[in-house]
Amino acid sequence: MLNYLWSGMILIGIVVAAFTGRIPEVTNAALESARAAVTLCITLLGIIAMWTGLMAIAEKSGLVASLSSRMTPLLSYLFPELPKGSKALEHISTNFMANILGLGWAATPAGIKAMQEMQKYCHDKQRASNSMCMFMIINMSSLQLVTVNILAFRTQYGSANPSEIIGPGILVTISTTIVAIIFAKLCEGRVNRS
Amino acid sequence: MRILLYISDFIIPAMFFSIILYGFAMRVKVFDHFVEGARDGFSIVLNIMPTIIGLMVAVGIMRASGALDLLVWLIAPFARRLAFPEETLPLVLTRLVSSSAATGLLLDIFENHGPDSLIGRFVSIMMSSTETVFYTMSVYFMAVKVTKTRYTLSGALLANFAGVAASLILTRYLY
Repeated sequence: MLNYLWSGMILIGIVVAAFTGRIPEVTNAALESARAAVTLCITLLGIIAMWTGLMAIAEKSGLVASLSSRMTPLLSYLFPELPKGSKALEHISTNFMANILGLGWAATPAGIKAMQEMQKYCHDKQRASNSMCMFMIINMSSLQLVTVNILAFRTQYGSANPSEIIGPGILVTISTTIVAIIFAKLCEGRVNRS
Repeated sequence: MRILLYISDFIIPAMFFSIILYGFAMRVKVFDHFVEGARDGFSIVLNIMPTIIGLMVAVGIMRASGALDLLVWLIAPFARRLAFPEETLPLVLTRLVSSSAATGLLLDIFENHGPDSLIGRFVSIMMSSTETVFYTMSVYFMAVKVTKTRYTLSGALLANFAGVAASLILTRYLY
């Protein structure tokens, strides 16, 4: 995907530049952007390292695990097909909690394990079950409370108050998750009746 | 609505405080784990650095050549009909496909409008509450070889469009 997108952007850019007579600007932009990218990554390095460090404490002290286990009552409403205490629910809660805390690297492995466990309860192995659809839609509705990357970018570009978007971001994240759950529940209902 | 701005101010100190306190209560070596975790953070950034360089160069070329303006000009009539800030439309669409390409466009907006402009705030909130739908779906469903994904895509797209709309409305309301 990125292969096409990236080549397309550069090739189209150069063709347009040839027509608009901006070829010298393209050279400067390429050099300047490469330099700016490294400056940006240095800011990113500091802020991401601070965050992953803090989150390592949360993981090692068992805080992440204890928070995920508290999600079980909610999960049994969302995933009625899955038996209580099943491996599938456990992986789902780990994935959700990792997404909420912005631990992307911990979220994906747990998510894939959750999908494999859910597949064990499917009759048709190629068709997504209600649980899988619910899980995927919630997962893609975005759950993250604090997006550290965005904070780092805002800091780098001189925002007066980089963190001011966290609160509104949380409100929007909660609303998209609610939209996701309502939609998935409605679709399940329709399928069950037919 | 002021509470949202309080949350913004307090959440990071609150997370530091509670995580460190919990770590203490559980008798783990908090600073050792912090250092270890921060080291993992380095490898995360080093891994995405080449991607960021590549995409920032691509967006830089698009911007300098006028291709980005041309693209915005082409889609502007649609954006205006929806009362949508037209400069952000390429970003909103790219967001669904590639997180890193979207980052390139986000930084271009920060560069040209500033992170504290109305557009800058809108895209900040939008980026924190949407997800790379097509990429995520292919990773998870491919892992279990599920081909009939039923209503997953429509649900994910709906949630993401709701996120874009809510970010825009909230930004206009708050600032």
